[in-house]
Amino acid sequence: MTFVPMAAEATGSPALNIAIFSAFVGVTLFFVIRASRTNTNAAQMYTGGAAFSGRQNGIAISGDYLSAASFLGIAGAIAIYGYDGFLYSIGFLVAWLVALLLVAELLRNTGRFTMADVLAFRMQERPVRMAAATSTLAVSFFYLLAQMAGAGGLVALLLNITNSTGQAVVIAIVGALMVAYVLIGGMKGTTYVQIIKAALLIAGASLMTVWVLARSGFDFSGLLADGAAAGASLEPGKQYGLTGTTKLDFVSLSIALVLGTAGLPHILMRFYTVPTSTEARRSVVWAIWLIGLFYLLTLVLGYGAAALVGSETILASPGGANSAAPLLAYELGGTVLLGVISAVAFATILAVVAGLTITASASFAHDIYANVIHRGNPPEGAEVKVARRAAVAIGAVAIAGGIAANGQNIAFLVALAFAVAASANLPTILYSLFWKRFNTRGCLWSIYGGLTICLVLIFFSPAVSGTETSMFAGADWSWFPLRNPGLISIPASFLLGWLGTITSKEHLEAKASEMEVRSLTGLGAHREVAEH
Amino acid sequence: MSSPSDRPDTPGGGSPTPGAPSGQPSADVYTEILASKEFQELRSRYRRFVFPVTGGALAFYFTYVLLAAYSPGFMGEVITGSITVGLVFGLLQFVMVFAITTFYVRFARTVLDPAAAQIRDHHERSGAGA
Repeated sequence: MTFVPMAAEATGSPALNIAIFSAFVGVTLFFVIRASRTNTNAAQMYTGGAAFSGRQNGIAISGDYLSAASFLGIAGAIAIYGYDGFLYSIGFLVAWLVALLLVAELLRNTGRFTMADVLAFRMQERPVRMAAATSTLAVSFFYLLAQMAGAGGLVALLLNITNSTGQAVVIAIVGALMVAYVLIGGMKGTTYVQIIKAALLIAGASLMTVWVLARSGFDFSGLLADGAAAGASLEPGKQYGLTGTTKLDFVSLSIALVLGTAGLPHILMRFYTVPTSTEARRSVVWAIWLIGLFYLLTLVLGYGAAALVGSETILASPGGANSAAPLLAYELGGTVLLGVISAVAFATILAVVAGLTITASASFAHDIYANVIHRGNPPEGAEVKVARRAAVAIGAVAIAGGIAANGQNIAFLVALAFAVAASANLPTILYSLFWKRFNTRGCLWSIYGGLTICLVLIFFSPAVSGTETSMFAGADWSWFPLRNPGLISIPASFLLGWLGTITSKEHLEAKASEMEVRSLTGLGAHREVAEH
Repeated sequence: MSSPSDRPDTPGGGSPTPGAPSGQPSADVYTEILASKEFQELRSRYRRFVFPVTGGALAFYFTYVLLAAYSPGFMGEVITGSITVGLVFGLLQFVMVFAITTFYVRFARTVLDPAAAQIRDHHERSGAGA
């Protein structure tokens, strides 16, 4: 990569970058190994024995949620498109109100390990679990792709590895490392990794924000003006305002963002790592404050990167838009700060990937293996064994997918994961918590229908084929005009859930009553800590 | 309701959650609680809070989204310096999220939690004994 001298120079100290990153791996591995002593049964493996406090879990949730898309993706989008990038962070944040008000506490009171627990509570267990596990695996797969693709891009900048074989090797190392975390430490170890990472990420972003503001004499308005002059527009529309279709695409994206969070399986599973619904609420409150604070920081970082580095320079660098934050770090604090921030970004990817892996493997082992195949009575100790093997398999798939998706836009891939989550998961979760008449057919139609419509629309969208920026730029089989399918697939899933329910004669009101009482009062809820 | 074990493929069969370990309240108890005045009151207060608040928050969010998409000129209008209407509107979304979070936590602590605890204590003490 020769076109930007500064960017080539910015990767000048790979040794330092590796040293800082190794230190992070060393510290987290220490906690993971310490946590491994108790990682023996399914409850420990999946939820750390539900023994975390609300504050710990809240910090871990923000660690899980603030992925590479939030840090590298949003800062980059703001640095290049200006205002349109800001809209991502607002959607990602407002989404938490749905989780706080409608989902977190009720879910904690009615489930134990996975999202499927809540659905299986009142509907025909095996088909419903199979459906929920399928959508969990689908969402996790898209999310994993985004993170692994981000890892490849970051490596280009961080270690100056520009050939694709070298990047593939690094993606494989990242994948192997996170599988090791999950195997050794289970949910407890993974949670410690999230907590450490969240602290590092927020501290690093705060440091850079103060630094940027200091450079501009604490004149925020002046910083915005400088950023705007360098290419980051202050007016909406630079990215999405081009035509009627892109405007509609923007609305579609914003629906997926705001409804996706409360359907993300790896976020939902975190609500089970605390002992009570009150602690689940406390977790969400901590997460909302931390995530909100972080997104305010990215606003400064994005415009700061535009003002100090320049939108064009960022776009032309090896990592493209995703390298805005690292390049800004280099501009501010030279190779040392670049090393620190890049290591933080790397840690972010690693931690999120570990969180996704444990969720997907738990769903496979608990929902499909233990409850669908063995009808709730798996051989002694087999479920944990299956969960471990599933983690290895998911790691392998993530590595392969990450190598294939290397170079794709991270924020865009994550937005697709949100669309899948909002289409396949959220309608069934809301219906089963709030609608007595909801039944098995409604659930299956909503999950499979929402998932299928979403995936089909993505496949025939310009995101996959037909334009220069598509995954398959050389071919064109697209007929659906929007890049994000949420506008169609989410309402369709709600509609299918309703239609399936009213056309089925199955009535489950008695079970629904029990669920309603439990969800609001916490009566009969699992409290691992108290029981063992 | 029959017990889950004799209907393996129906709601709750085999799952660790509703598999009702001994000492958990039975289904009759839940029907009874559901009909009780205390529970009806708790449910209605919860729903009267969260439905309008969620609806209002989403309405405010989508107003913002639609303005940004279809009225960029208005959002780009300068209030002072480089501070635009759109920026203030965006920051107000943050304020809304923080405000609703704070309100809800207070509401839950003072209204929902005591009511839920009362129902729970009453039924865990009277016979069911978890």
